[in-house]
Formats: sequence, structure tokens, C-alpha cells
Amino acid sequence: MSATTIAAASAPAKDAAIAVRLGRRRRVADRLNRVLCVIATLIGLALLASILLTLIVRGAGGLSVSVFTQVTAPPGSGGGLLNAIVGSLIQTALGTAMATPIGLLVGTYLAEYARGSALGTAVRFVSDILLSAPSILIGLFIYELLVQTTGGFSGFAGAVALAVIAIPIVVRTTEDMLRLVPVSLREASFALGAPKWKTVILICFRAARDGVVTGILLSVARIAGETAPLLFTSLGNLNWSVDLARPMASLPVTIYQYAGSAYDEWVQLAWAGALLITAGVLAINIMARLLLRKRG
Amino acid sequence: MNETTGQTAAPRPSLGLQLPRSQFEPATGEPRIAVRNLDFFYGANRALKGINLDLPDRRVMGMIGPSGCGKSTLLRVLNRMYDLYPGQRATGDVMMDGQNLLAPTTDVNALRSRIGMVFQKPTPFPMSIYENIAFGVKLHEKLSKSAMDERVEWSLTRAALWGEVRDRLERSALGLSGGQQQRLCIARTIAVRPDVILLDEPTSALDPISTLRIEELIDELKQDFTIVIVTHNMQQAARCADQVAFFYLGELIEVGTAAQMFTAPRQRRTQDYITGRFG
Repeated sequence: MSATTIAAASAPAKDAAIAVRLGRRRRVADRLNRVLCVIATLIGLALLASILLTLIVRGAGGLSVSVFTQVTAPPGSGGGLLNAIVGSLIQTALGTAMATPIGLLVGTYLAEYARGSALGTAVRFVSDILLSAPSILIGLFIYELLVQTTGGFSGFAGAVALAVIAIPIVVRTTEDMLRLVPVSLREASFALGAPKWKTVILICFRAARDGVVTGILLSVARIAGETAPLLFTSLGNLNWSVDLARPMASLPVTIYQYAGSAYDEWVQLAWAGALLITAGVLAINIMARLLLRKRG
Repeated sequence: MNETTGQTAAPRPSLGLQLPRSQFEPATGEPRIAVRNLDFFYGANRALKGINLDLPDRRVMGMIGPSGCGKSTLLRVLNRMYDLYPGQRATGDVMMDGQNLLAPTTDVNALRSRIGMVFQKPTPFPMSIYENIAFGVKLHEKLSKSAMDERVEWSLTRAALWGEVRDRLERSALGLSGGQQQRLCIARTIAVRPDVILLDEPTSALDPISTLRIEELIDELKQDFTIVIVTHNMQQAARCADQVAFFYLGELIEVGTAAQMFTAPRQRRTQDYITGRFG
């Protein structure tokens, strides 16, 4: 007993020199690490700031009332982006409306009913692959499925393509958020005599609601800016059209077409459209953030 | 001897309590639940070995023993909580009102409305205080708004929480303190009007004041409910329980009145445990 006490007391004195040296080394390593982190952060932020600044400077110049009130027009005759804005809103809304129920149901199946099952593992795997699939492939897939078979490009095909992109996002966040619901909460519900489906709907979904809504918002933000899947599906439309059975304009496709054109006013409109879409996506992301913060 | 008339905050008959419940008759001292030759398995691991135990009507049964001795497992057998997990199974009999609760034909959800459970950590649902109580009631009964209001008030009063929350029933239950949350969970459990309440270390996450309130509450509630409490706290078992059962390595070593168990245990292992020699 006394021997260990003595050893313990003398140990710090013996190791004091080593401790000082170690301490210095750790401080140096810490400072170096911190400097590297700050530099990396600054590079990332600088790129982002430069993109945003360029967008604002060049896009703000093109923003005017006519952007929101007039449809796209031939070069030399003014025009705005109204058809593209409305087309984007319609296709994004419709895509979200299709993807949300499917994504919620699949996510619920994976989190609540398929734990450890082979089918669940397979579905999760496929969903994750879909999550990282190049969006142009999804555009081509819908092209074969809906454009080739119906004989024409359509706003509906565009919405379906966007839905296919959104589904795996909703699936993933729904599953993750439901998995975060503690077992104790489920058991408390079961202990009151609640059947499983009531526990899932009334307790688990309630507990996971903010996270699930955030996932849906993020999927909206993602598909609102997608270009590639729309190129082969809704194609774009220079005239005013809200007919889902016909080609439909959208902001990303219009930007794509205008930005590469030789006409200054079209390029200007493309900048304005890019600013609009960025502001929209940013607003959705901020909403998602706020929801998550409220939860935490 | 357990005359409760006039002690509960609301008279019983007006509460839409149409189902006959044993708690509204005087206690007979008969076993409410009889456990016979119970074995329990987590996969191949036998966690309970040949348990025989009577839970006397409207008394508090304290279960003590070192971690992993099987006392919480036994609780989870009584309300068939283990059903949720594949690979867990029980053999033997758990008799209540002439029915074997372990029988495959038992309606588990109805069973859980008769044997309620409160967990170690408070588990308020992410909804209002009122909805927390109403959730369980709605599962088993269809009540009018006014009857539900009465039931909520009744259960919160019985759980000694009404005075603190009466003005904020619509606020989220997550804003309550830990002790209040645990009393809410007790209120939620008794709102369903079970016969038996299982308490799994209900105060181990609470401060001493909250713990005291829960213990007082248990004393109150045993007039109407048969209570089983698992605890690691010897003093708590001595204060709350009428009878105490000591478990060790999946076996029921000894069961007796609290006074006898803590002053003159018959088994050496019981004495070693309650005097802190192991466990």
C-alpha cells in the first residue's frame, strides 16, 4: 500500500521533463492542425463567396420586372423568364408530390419493418445506388419510358424524372430519422398496448417529423436545380405552356440554353435565372436548417 | 383495509369506467399474478431459471438483485414486452384471472392495457401533456371530450402532477423536468386503468427530491394497483415494498416481507447482497 503511494508521488517529478517536452510538441501539432483547418475552410469559403458574388453582380443587373412578367422571346425583342419560372415550379412541385409519399413509405418500411431482412437490405442498396446515379441517366431512363412511348417530350415526363431523383433522398432521410427515434419511446408506446402501426404513425413519425420534413425540403432543393434529367424529358419550351402533356420550360434548361448563346440579352437573362434559382435553393436550405435547429 | 373512497380526486363511477376492474373491490390478499416454473431465454442464454412467484393483490413487490440477475427480464415477461424481439422466449405459466399470459392466443395489446409499465428513463411522447395521457386511453376506450378531460385530470391527480401542469396541459411534455416527466409517465400508465403497474427502476435517473415524490406516490397507488418495482436501491425497496424478492443469476433466491428480508434473510446470498458484500 505504502509502496504504491510513494511510487505514485514520485512519478510526476521523474517525468516532469518529458511532460514539458510532450506538452510543447502537442501544442505545436495543435497549432499546425488548426492553421491547416483554417486555410482549408478559407479556400472553400472563398470559392463559394466568389460564385455568389459573381452571381449577384451579374444576375442582379438582369433582374427586372419583365423577367417575372414576360415569357422568353427571340433575341432582340426583350422577354423574360416567366414560362421557365412557372414550368420549374410545376415540375418541381409535381415531382415532389410523387416522390414524397413513395419515399416516406419506403423509408418507413426500411426503418420499421425490414430490419435484418434480405429484401430490406436489397431495397436499401438499390436506393443508395439511385442516390448517386448520374442524373442524366435518369433523364434517359424516363426518355425511354415516357417520351419514346408517348411520342413526345412532356412536362409530366420531366416531373417523373425529378421524382426519381428525389425518391432516394426522401427514403434515406426518412429511414435515418426514424432510426434515431429511441427504442425506449417505442417500448413506452407498446407498453400502453399500442399496436405497431399506431406506434409508427403516432409516435415515431411525430418524433421524427422535423427531420423527415427537412429531408423532403432538401430533395426539393436538389431537384429544383436539376438540368440533365429535364433535357430528355420536358425539353424546354420557348412559349408559354402549362400543359403537362407538352414540352415545358424550366429555369435550369433555359439557363443552359441561354448561357451558351451568342446574344448578350439571353446571357443576361441566364444570369438572372441563375441568381433566382440559387436564391430559391438557398431559401429552402435555410428553412431546412431552421427546422433542424428547432428540433435540436 | 384498502378502503379508498374519498381519497381519489375524482369519484370513480363518473369516469366512463364501464369495464369491471378488480381494483374497485377490496383487496383480498390473493395473488394477482402467479408465476409458475418460468424459464426465459435470450437466444440460447437462459436468463430466468424456474421462477415461482406470487404477486399479491394491491401490494408492492420489490425486486432486488445485482445487474443481470433477471429482475428486469421478469418484468418484461409479465407484459410480454419480449415479444417485440425475435429470439427471446419464455416457457412456463404466468397466470392472471385463470388465464396464462404466455399463451400464444393472449391478446398482447389488451394484456398491456391491464399490466402497465414505467421505464427507467422518463419517456414522454413528443406531444402535449394532455395528448400524452389521452394517447393510451384512446387505444382502448372511446371517450367523449369531457370524459377524456376528466380522465386526464384524474390520472394526473393520482400521479401528483395535476397541480403543477393544470395550466399548461397543451404545452409539450418535453418541457417538463425529469421528475415531472416520470410522474407524467406514471399518470399515462394509470390513465389506461391497469390492474398491475410494473416499475423498472423508476427513480434511477431522478434527483433525490423527485425520487421521494415517486416513492410517496407508489405508497398512494398501491391502494388501487398491484405494483412491481425493480430497484437497485436497498433503502428504496425497504421503504416502498411490502414484499421483496431477491434474484441472483437468473434464480429467485428468496422472497419475504420487506422487514424479514432486510432484518433476517434466510439465505446467505441475500444477506451478502443487502449488506453490500457483493453485487
